[in-house]
Amino acid sequence: MQKQKVISRETGVEDQQYKWGFEFDIESDLAPKGLNKDIVKFISNKKNEPQWMLDWRLKAFELWEKEGVSSSPNWANVDFPEINFQDIVYYAAPKSQDDAPKSLDEVDPELIEAFDKLGIPLEEQKKLSGVAVDAVLDSVSVATTYQDMLKEAGVIFCPISEAVQKYPELVKKYLGSVVPYSDNFYATLNSAVFSDGSFVYVPPGVRCPIELMTYFRINEVDSGQFERTLIIADEGSYVSYLEGCTAPMRKTHQLHAAVVELVALKDAEIKYSTLQNWYPGDKEGNGGVYNFVTKRGAARGENSKISWTQVETGSAITWKYPSVILQGDNSTGEFYSVALVNNFQQADTGTKMIHVGKNTKSTIIAKGISAGKAQNTYRGQVSILPNAHNAKNFTQCDSLLIGDECGAHTVPYIEVRNPSAEMGHEATTSKVNDDQLFYLQQRGIDLEEANYMIINGFCRGIFKELPFEFAMEASQLLRVSLEGTVG
Amino acid sequence: MLKEYLSSLDEQFVSQNQSEQEWLRSLKLEAFNTLREIGFPVSRKGNEKWKYTSVSPIVNNVFLLSKPKDINIDEIKKQAPWSDDWYNIVFVDGFINKNISNIPDSGISVSSLGLSENSIGELIDFSDDGFAALNSAFLSDGLIVSIEDSFDTSKVLNIIFYNSGTELEFNNPRLHITAEENSSSVIIESYVGGSNQNSLTNSVTEMELKSSAKITHYRLMSESNNTYNVGYGRVRLSDDTEFYSSSFFRGANIGRYDLNVLVDGERSHCDLKGLYVTSDEQHMDNFINIDHAKPNSSSNLFYKGILSGKSKAVFGGTVLVRKEAQKTFSVQSDKNLILSDQAEVDSKPALFIYADDVQCAHGATAGNIDEDSVFYMRSRGIDLEAASKLLIYGFADEIISFVEETELKNFIEQKFLESLPSYKFEF
Repeated sequence: MQKQKVISRETGVEDQQYKWGFEFDIESDLAPKGLNKDIVKFISNKKNEPQWMLDWRLKAFELWEKEGVSSSPNWANVDFPEINFQDIVYYAAPKSQDDAPKSLDEVDPELIEAFDKLGIPLEEQKKLSGVAVDAVLDSVSVATTYQDMLKEAGVIFCPISEAVQKYPELVKKYLGSVVPYSDNFYATLNSAVFSDGSFVYVPPGVRCPIELMTYFRINEVDSGQFERTLIIADEGSYVSYLEGCTAPMRKTHQLHAAVVELVALKDAEIKYSTLQNWYPGDKEGNGGVYNFVTKRGAARGENSKISWTQVETGSAITWKYPSVILQGDNSTGEFYSVALVNNFQQADTGTKMIHVGKNTKSTIIAKGISAGKAQNTYRGQVSILPNAHNAKNFTQCDSLLIGDECGAHTVPYIEVRNPSAEMGHEATTSKVNDDQLFYLQQRGIDLEEANYMIINGFCRGIFKELPFEFAMEASQLLRVSLEGTVG
Repeated sequence: MLKEYLSSLDEQFVSQNQSEQEWLRSLKLEAFNTLREIGFPVSRKGNEKWKYTSVSPIVNNVFLLSKPKDINIDEIKKQAPWSDDWYNIVFVDGFINKNISNIPDSGISVSSLGLSENSIGELIDFSDDGFAALNSAFLSDGLIVSIEDSFDTSKVLNIIFYNSGTELEFNNPRLHITAEENSSSVIIESYVGGSNQNSLTNSVTEMELKSSAKITHYRLMSESNNTYNVGYGRVRLSDDTEFYSSSFFRGANIGRYDLNVLVDGERSHCDLKGLYVTSDEQHMDNFINIDHAKPNSSSNLFYKGILSGKSKAVFGGTVLVRKEAQKTFSVQSDKNLILSDQAEVDSKPALFIYADDVQCAHGATAGNIDEDSVFYMRSRGIDLEAASKLLIYGFADEIISFVEETELKNFIEQKFLESLPSYKFEF
C-alpha cells in the first residue's frame, strides 16, 4: 500500500467565518481509493485485529455490497448527488502511528502543535480544561490524555482499536449490540471500514472523575472518516462524554459516517454532548462534509439514563438521529438539540425514543434555526410499546427562520400502543420577533447583535445542558455561524 | 397476488362499456395504464404516504366491478343522515338512484357523469396514487354539481353513497363540486352500508371554490366492519374563500381518507376537523394535507381520535407553506384517547415551511384521560362509569359541537358515541 508525504497545501478557499479550515502538514499513510474486500482486510491488518473482528467486518461488507447503494436511506429531506463510494479513501492515518507512541512525549510534536492550533490541549501539564482528550485525526486516534487519573478510577478510555486488543471480551459483548451492522446503509459501511474511535468503560459504582472528550478531525483530501465509538456505563456509574469535530475547507465533499453506541446498565447515567462543526461548505454551497451518522443508546438497566445534547452548526448535510432505547424500567432518555443551518446547508436531524420498559420517561427539546438558503428538518420518532406502562414523553420543537429563502420543517412520528401513555408533542415555526428586535434596537443595540441575542436566548435552554466550556464555545459558534445573516 | 389482481382488472377493463364518449374513454385508458405501471401501494419501505397502513388485505381480494342495484328508501334512512327538508341524492354501489333522489331545480345544476366533460379530473393527480387511478379507470357514474350564488343556503345537499355490501364488489363513486363565485352551501358526503362480506368503495371527490365562495362540508364514513373504504379528496380554494370541512369516521375494516386542500388564493380560510372513533379490529388512516400557495391565508386542522378494541388509527397530516405564502397562519393538532391495551395510534403531523413571515404551530397528544378529571367528577358523587362516559363524550364533543345541522348532529351522536363499548377509567 502506498505511503505518501503530505505537503502543506493552500486550500484556496477564502472563508473568514470558518477558522478551522486550515490543514496540517503531517505525513500520512493512505489506503488506495475505493472499497473492496482487500481494503477491509487491509484496515483490519493495519490494526492487527483478531480474526473475530475481521469476520465481523467482512460480514458487514458483504451485506453492504449485497444491498447496494440503492438501499441507502432516501426518506430524509436532503438533496445531494449520488456518492461515488469507490472514490473515497477509507483509511488515512498519521504515519507516526506505525510505531505507536508509548506516551505523549513520543507523539509527533507537529501533531501536538496541530491540535494546539485547534485549541485542543493534548499536553497534560497544561491542565487547561480538566478534560481527558482522545484526539482522532482522519481515521486514527493519535493521543489520549490523563491516562493516569483515569486508571486510578478504573475508567477505561482508549482508542477502540486498542480496546479490541486489550479488552476483547468487552468489545465482543457490546460492539454492535445497540447498532447492529445490518442497521442501515451507512452503519453497515461503518461496520466494515471503521478505523478508530473511542472506547469507554466505566466500572460499577464509579463516577468518572473528569469529562472525557474525543476530538475528530478530517485532514486528508478525499478521505472519509468512519469512526466508531462505544461507551459502556456499568451499574451505578456516571460518565460525561464530549465530542468535537472540524475539517479543512475543501471544494469537494467529504463523507463522515460514524457510529456511536452507548450502553447504560442499572442505575448508570451517560451524558453525551456533541459540538458538530464540520466544514459546512462555502457560501455557494461548494464543498463541506456529508455527516451521515448513526447514534444510539440503550438504557438497558433499571433507573438508567442517557442524555444526548447536540449543537449542530457545521456540515453541508447532516443526517443524524441520536436515539435512546428505553429498555429498563424507570429509565430516562433526553435529547437536547440546536441545529443551525446557513447558506446551502441541509440538516435532517432529530431523535428516536423507543419506550420499552415501564415508567420510562423521555424529553425532546429541539431548536432549529435556518438562514440563507438552508433547509432544516426536525425528524423525530416516539414509540410507546405495549408493555411500556405509564410511559411519558414530552416533545417540543421550535424553529426560527431568518430570511425568505430558507425552510424549516418538522416531521414527528408518534406511535402509541399503550393507553397509560402520556405523550405530548408541540412545535412552532416563526421568524425572529419584530417587536423584540425593535425593543433591543431602541436601546442602542445594533441589528446583528440584537439578532444574535434573541437567537442565543432561543437556544439557551439547550446550551445550559452542555458542560461549561462547551456552552461558551457553542455560544461563540452560534455567533460566527450567524454572521452576515441579517442586514 | 397483485399480478392476479391486475390481470383480473385487465379483463374487467376491456369488457367495460365501449360506447362511451371519446374524452372519457381516453381518460380511463390513461388511468388504467398508470395503474398497471404503478400498482397499489403494497410496499411500505420508504413509502411515507402509506407508512402505517397495509393495503395487502384489500389487494388480496379480487374485486369485481359493481352493477347498478335497487334499494328501499327506508334502508337508506336507517343508515344515513336524512331529513326530508334536504336535497337527498342517493348512490347505490356507485350508481345514482334517481327514484329516491330529490334533485334541486334551481341555483344548482346536477348532472350524471356520462353527460358532461366539464373539468372533471382537473384537481386529480393519479400518477402516483394507485387507488385514484383505479377510480378513474373504472368511472361508471358520478355527480357533477355546480352551485350558483342563487342557491338556497338553508338547504342542505345530502349526498349518500350506499354500499349494498355485495360480496367482492368494488365501486368507484366520483363527486365533482364547483362552488361558483359568492355561492354558499352545506354539503354532506356520507359513505354508509356494507354487510358482513368484503367489498370496496373507492371514491374520488373534487371541490373547486371560486372566489368568495363558501362550503361547509361534512364527510361521514360509517360502514360495516367488513368493508374497505378508500377516499381521495382534492380541494382548491381561490381568493376570499372559506372551506369548513368536518370528517367523521366510525366504520370500515380499513378506512383511508387522503385529503389535500390547495389554498390557491389570498385571504382564504381552510378549517379541517375530524373525529375518528375506531373499535374492534378497524383501521382508519387519515392523510390530511394543506398546501398554502398564496399569502395571507389561514388554516386550522384539528383531528381527534377515540380508539378501543384492537383498532388502529393513523393520522398523517402535512401543512406545507410555500415560499410565496407569506403571512400564513396555520395551526394543526391531533389528539388521541386510547381506551384499550391493544389499540394503537400512529400520528405524524408534519410542517414544511418555506416562508419566513408565518406563524405555524402543531401539536399532538396521545394517552388516557387525566386522572384528576376523573377524581374531580367522582368527588362530586358521579360514579366511575358515568364519569368515564361523560369524559369521553366531552372529548368527542369538541368536534361534534361544530355540526350545526340538528339532524346530522343527532345522527352522529347516536352512531358514534352510543355504540362505544362501555369503559371505565381506572388508575
